Amino acid sequence: MSISQIVDYIAIILLAIGTFFSILGGLGLLRFPDVYTRLHAGTKCTTFGAIFICGSVVLLGLKMWYFANPDGSVLTIHTIGALIAILVTNPTGAHAIARAAHRSGVKPVGAVVDDLEGKTLRKSISKKKEADK
Amino acid sequence: MLAFIVTTLLCFVIYLLLTTGSGTEIVILNEDFLSWSYAEIILGLILSIIVGIIARKVFVKDNYRMANIVRWFRFLAYICGPFFVGMAKANIDVAYRVITGKINPGIVKISPNLKTDLGITMLANSITLTPGTLSVDIDEEKNDLYIHWINVKKEALKKKPVDCKYICGEFPKWIRRITE
Repeated sequence: MSISQIVDYIAIILLAIGTFFSILGGLGLLRFPDVYTRLHAGTKCTTFGAIFICGSVVLLGLKMWYFANPDGSVLTIHTIGALIAILVTNPTGAHAIARAAHRSGVKPVGAVVDDLEGKTLRKSISKKKEADK
Repeated sequence: MLAFIVTTLLCFVIYLLLTTGSGTEIVILNEDFLSWSYAEIILGLILSIIVGIIARKVFVKDNYRMANIVRWFRFLAYICGPFFVGMAKANIDVAYRVITGKINPGIVKISPNLKTDLGITMLANSITLTPGTLSVDIDEEKNDLYIHWINVKKEALKKKPVDCKYICGEFPKWIRRITE
């Protein structure tokens, strides 16, 4: 078996792992009861899946570059850039959605404890800033 | 002035990374990799100077702590080591809960005692991507975080605010070493 074939098989395995976790994320969106637990499935699984899919693309790009195909290096660098963007924006978006949901009054289903209940953090800070001015 | 130079340089480097392989006038390594045309270099310089003028006060807030290269190596070690392991565990945990449907959720408060904005952002993102936890809100005066926890342990609730080790393990120590 040549190097080219081995790299192809590794890339296929990485793609399979990534697809599995992405499917799991979709399944979690259907099965969980409320917005917070659904966000758990939606962020963690899709980010992890995206890491593996991007990893397989990077591997194929490195292979193309090794066999002197000029598109390989561009593919590799752009995919790494996309991966960094996903890693930064995905948890931030989930945090924004969770916070918006809690502030508009969605209660976590079956919650054992809710330390945040009845607190209006943002309002007190904006009032304090006005007082400082 | 220093803020403007730092912002412009970073923009220029990112622009160059996104446009490699655009021509064969300037070649660093070989003709397929790390080669640029004059047009891309000139346009990139003009654009990064414009961005540097506009965004210098947004990008550099108070000091130049993060310009130290050692901190970036620590950051890389953190991403590849404890963060990736935590993320793999998180996915197996979510897989288990998706299949069995056993959940025991709640929102708890932790106080990690981080001082900088960058550090608390990094910790909140790490918490969202690691086992069973999702950061919901932040107390901006004391830098306390409110965490939605999918499987609340009873022994963690005895002390308030909840001990960091149940939620995020050793992450605050790593992030303190990176950002403070």
